[in-house]
Amino acid sequence: MATRADRLEALNAALRSRILVLDGAMGTMIQRHKLDEAAYRGVRFAAWPRDIKGNNDVLSLTQPDLIRAIHGEYLDAGSDILETNTFSSTRIAQADYGMEDLAYELNVAGAKLAREAADAATAKTPDKPRFVAGALGPTNKTASISPDVNDPGFRAITFDELKAAFGEQARGLLDGGADLLLVETIIDTLNAKAALFAIDELFEERGERVPVMISGTITDQSGRLLSGQTAEAFWNSVRHAQPLTIGFNCALGADLLRPYVAEVARVADTYICAYPNAGLPNAFGEYDEHPHTTAGHLGSWAKDGLVNIVGGCCGTTPDHIRAVAGAVKSVKPRVLPRCEPAMRLSGLEPFKIAS
Amino acid sequence: MSTADEGAASKQTATFINVGERTNVTGSAKFKKLILAGDFEAALDVARQQVESGAQIIDINMDEAMLDSEAAMVKFLNLIAAEPDISRVPIMIDSSKWSVIEAGLKCVQGKPIVNSISLKEGEDAFIAQAKKVRRYGAAVVVMAFDEKGQADTQARKIEICTRSYKVLTEKIGFPPEDIIFDPNIFAVATGIEDHNNYAVDFIEATRRIKETLPHCHVSGGVSNVSFSFRGNEPVREAIHSVFLYHAIKAGMDMGIVNAGQLAVYEDIPAELKERCEDVILNRRQDATDRLLEIADKYRAGGGPKAAADLSWRQNDVNKRLTHALVNGITDFIDEDTEEARKDAGRKGGRPLDVIEGPLMDGMNVVGDLFGAGKMFLPQVVKSARVMKKAVAYLIPFIEEEKAKKAAAGIADERQTNGKILLATVKGDVHDIGKNIVGVVLQCNNYEVVDLGVMVPAAKILQTAREVKADIIGLSGLITPSLDEMAYVSREMDREGFHVPLLIGGATTSKVHTAVKIAPGYKNVVVYVQDASRAVGVASSLMSDHLRGGFVADVKADYEKMREAHARQQQSKKRQSIAAARANRTKIAWDAYTPERPRKLGLTRFDDYDLAELTRTIDWTPFFQTWELAGKYPNILEDATVGKAARGLYNDAQAMLQRLVGEKWLTARAVIGFWPANAVGDDIEIYTDDTRKTVLTTFHTLRQQMVREGNSDRANAALADFIAPKDTGVADYIGAFAVTAGIGTDEKVAAFERDQDDYSAILFKALADRLAESFAERMHQRVRKEFWGYDPGETLTNEALIAEEYRGIRPAPGYPACPDHTEKALLWTLLDAEKNAGVQLTESFAMWPAAAVSGFYFGHPQAAYFGVGKIERDQVEDYARRKGMDPRTMERWLAPNLNYDPGST
Repeated sequence: MATRADRLEALNAALRSRILVLDGAMGTMIQRHKLDEAAYRGVRFAAWPRDIKGNNDVLSLTQPDLIRAIHGEYLDAGSDILETNTFSSTRIAQADYGMEDLAYELNVAGAKLAREAADAATAKTPDKPRFVAGALGPTNKTASISPDVNDPGFRAITFDELKAAFGEQARGLLDGGADLLLVETIIDTLNAKAALFAIDELFEERGERVPVMISGTITDQSGRLLSGQTAEAFWNSVRHAQPLTIGFNCALGADLLRPYVAEVARVADTYICAYPNAGLPNAFGEYDEHPHTTAGHLGSWAKDGLVNIVGGCCGTTPDHIRAVAGAVKSVKPRVLPRCEPAMRLSGLEPFKIAS
Repeated sequence: MSTADEGAASKQTATFINVGERTNVTGSAKFKKLILAGDFEAALDVARQQVESGAQIIDINMDEAMLDSEAAMVKFLNLIAAEPDISRVPIMIDSSKWSVIEAGLKCVQGKPIVNSISLKEGEDAFIAQAKKVRRYGAAVVVMAFDEKGQADTQARKIEICTRSYKVLTEKIGFPPEDIIFDPNIFAVATGIEDHNNYAVDFIEATRRIKETLPHCHVSGGVSNVSFSFRGNEPVREAIHSVFLYHAIKAGMDMGIVNAGQLAVYEDIPAELKERCEDVILNRRQDATDRLLEIADKYRAGGGPKAAADLSWRQNDVNKRLTHALVNGITDFIDEDTEEARKDAGRKGGRPLDVIEGPLMDGMNVVGDLFGAGKMFLPQVVKSARVMKKAVAYLIPFIEEEKAKKAAAGIADERQTNGKILLATVKGDVHDIGKNIVGVVLQCNNYEVVDLGVMVPAAKILQTAREVKADIIGLSGLITPSLDEMAYVSREMDREGFHVPLLIGGATTSKVHTAVKIAPGYKNVVVYVQDASRAVGVASSLMSDHLRGGFVADVKADYEKMREAHARQQQSKKRQSIAAARANRTKIAWDAYTPERPRKLGLTRFDDYDLAELTRTIDWTPFFQTWELAGKYPNILEDATVGKAARGLYNDAQAMLQRLVGEKWLTARAVIGFWPANAVGDDIEIYTDDTRKTVLTTFHTLRQQMVREGNSDRANAALADFIAPKDTGVADYIGAFAVTAGIGTDEKVAAFERDQDDYSAILFKALADRLAESFAERMHQRVRKEFWGYDPGETLTNEALIAEEYRGIRPAPGYPACPDHTEKALLWTLLDAEKNAGVQLTESFAMWPAAAVSGFYFGHPQAAYFGVGKIERDQVEDYARRKGMDPRTMERWLAPNLNYDPGST
């Protein structure tokens, strides 16, 4: 079995030669199975004092075969990189289910399942190595937004609490075998900065660095994150982490997300990764964008030199990923722009001071 | 080179980044004042205006000794984050303390600049901080400062910046484009020859740094350079402009300078420009002298225009003093008082004349407006603050004059309306009302000697004799204080005092004063209902021609009250305690299973979040403290007191923000739950669920009023709400002691040192509110979590205040259990002194005063009631149950006795 270092070398080589494909939505696939409370609980949590239905991450422990099978479907569809089933596996998000003390274990388990699936696929097609990105979601609390409109100075969570939770999560992901870390669906850049701080500390402690992918969420057509930053301001805020990729996911479909991906692709001297939703949800909250529609948009992003990695978020399925993989297959990846040295600061908006 | 430079100058000026310093407490007196006052709203406005007027980066600095700088930084940054108009620009987190910087870095989602770090503490500390700066994703200002000190010469500036650059870029890979050097701008033209080249040193070092250290930036605090011309703004502005013109050409690309403090280079008069340039560029030996020669010529006309609302500053000094007093403005009081003092001096008057003349004239206006109901207590107390500051300013002059006169053998006494001694009596700690009375009296030119709280009778009498008090005023809040006041009055009588005795405080009343206190003292005792009456009473008593009539009226009035009271006593029928017990609260215990508290025994809260407590404050009693009648929030819009209420409320909110942000107070609590059953009118508390060992027994008092024949109202006692032992129902009781008053004394002392009674009183009133809020919040959590009998309860703050929930939390000393001595048992049970930091005085007042204690009853039928007057049969039974002497018991229950304990 190849070491992580070997795999990362292969990843870099692959990124230089082609556009890589991420997987699609995990939640959408889980929903298809219409699991009930008992299925979520499995044997281990049969007597858990709270309802845990909806805690998808716990399925890594109670329904590992199901998660492994979903990973397998995405690999079959052509995904190069799997995201672990750990979107909510921080002790902060798990506190909703009283499962905060399981956070580390959930991450180890989630990473292991993806690792097993990826290694099995790589063994079948050694010329197309598969990678595992350990996913770190935004948590359900924000460090720079008050949940109380009457008390704008109030914070439900601190930087240090987030840092500790993300550090624990990243440690579990690496221990479980993730190749990369993906800080994703960032709605508040300060949460992401806490995650990046924790990850950098962890790297120093372990004497080992793995590539970090960073993906923000533009909430609507205002073109800003929930916390108010524009695409470029967001990039300036996280650039110090020297990420492998920067980009956006979730909230919008490919058609509406394009301008913001283009904005960051213009200024960022690193790879671009974007994975939009399958359009906007319909009146029933379902995503009904056809795989070919999604693939058509992402194919044109690729041709216009905007992206290096593409994939799908909410509502996307193995069919979407298969179509997307086909659409970007023979397209040359985006070439990194050269950026002149300058002090790139940001508030909600970017501010550059030339050197 | 020179022509290219000239051509590039305008372009470079355009790229020069001016960092606003108006949100810097060390750079802006106005901002400092706002932050110290806790007025974060107005402080945000300063930031907003700064961004609106074009600041590209805002520098935020909270380095002020009086501040918890970390808390202030966090608070301000969090508030800014909620203001998109401000937070759109990057922030410069400015502090000389790394802890403040790091606290700030944790609040900012954008990429900020840290200002600053340096090699001052050596390379290791420098590297550790720089690594963190990088991890937090910030750019950094590096001061030209190393282990040996701050760089002054060109060579040292270059040496330190170069070394810093190498350490940052080579040892930790810090991006050079994110480094901003501050090579130190020092004052020139100081008269010290060594300083003459400072500007040149900066400019030339900047040039060299930019040439040799790729991609870095250079910044500096510009206003330093002109420091020797402070007070002469036009000359300072010219110096800044000339300095920047040359420094920017050399490569300075950022600076901290107030944009309003910058002359346009082209517009500087040629003569001034030339002499400034001589100084900045150190072109001639006599440059400083030559600039000084002409400096005065430019002084006038450059000052900032007075704002429209400062038009009152145009009036003569007496009118200004009155305005300041009426409106409670302290900003100019020193200078105005000084002007009045000089005026008086010119007319041959003394410093004292300023107090007795213009200041008292102003206070008389305040007094008239107050008397006419056009000003209200909070405003008057603010006026008093202005008065006190003015007097404090004059004291040294008065002392000096006194010393001179004493040397000449002339006695000199200030004429006041009279000397009044105030004290909160022994055993009691409550003093907000007393302090307000003191302030109001001082406003009216009474000399007040305030002995504070818990003052024994002997001390009151001894001091009254020493200071030759004209009047003695006693205050108290808890019921045992009533007895103590009566004791003081008897002691005064015994020692042959003649001065009037004033009685005030929340539990005091006219009838109690008439019946219990006045008879003990052969001279006059007057009940003073509230602070607004104090002056009227005092002036009547001090006036030779009013005194006689006033005293006669009071005495006649009280005699009538005593007679009416005696008649009433006879008509207040009570039933026997046996009959009352037969009519206990009816509860169907067989249909009720009490919930077992989630955790039995004690739970401590050592440092409860004050911010959480601010959200459940009941404001209505806060306004009552200040004698503003009305219910919150309607009171804020009230036609009569609305303006005063709003002003008070704003001040309270501002102080609350600082109080919480800077953690002036610590909130502590202890709660506990135990198995309990009622035995008769007592409640047995057991050590554990076996209910075999009694831990302690609480005693309750029962209503004895006669119920009309068809009334189904019970004669309630708190014991009714706990399942009787013989029902076999496993019931529980809770107890609590909470305080929000740890740390009160230190803060009050600080306000008093600053002559600021207003803030001191405001602060105590807020502490009280926080303690009440704490009790309310804790009760809510008890219902939802700790006892947990109503986990789904969702009530608004209004509903909470209206007590629309299940269960009660009666406190010993209040109507449902009027016996204060039960607190002793409560304290043992909770070990409240150790667990919550609250002590009991000999009268069972809690100390700190901002504290609440009591019991938790969970039965759905548990309700608040008043025990009312009780009969001798119950008191004797109660004393027996408690193992106390019936006479002692009568003393503690005095306000509740339906009989005269003296008679048989």
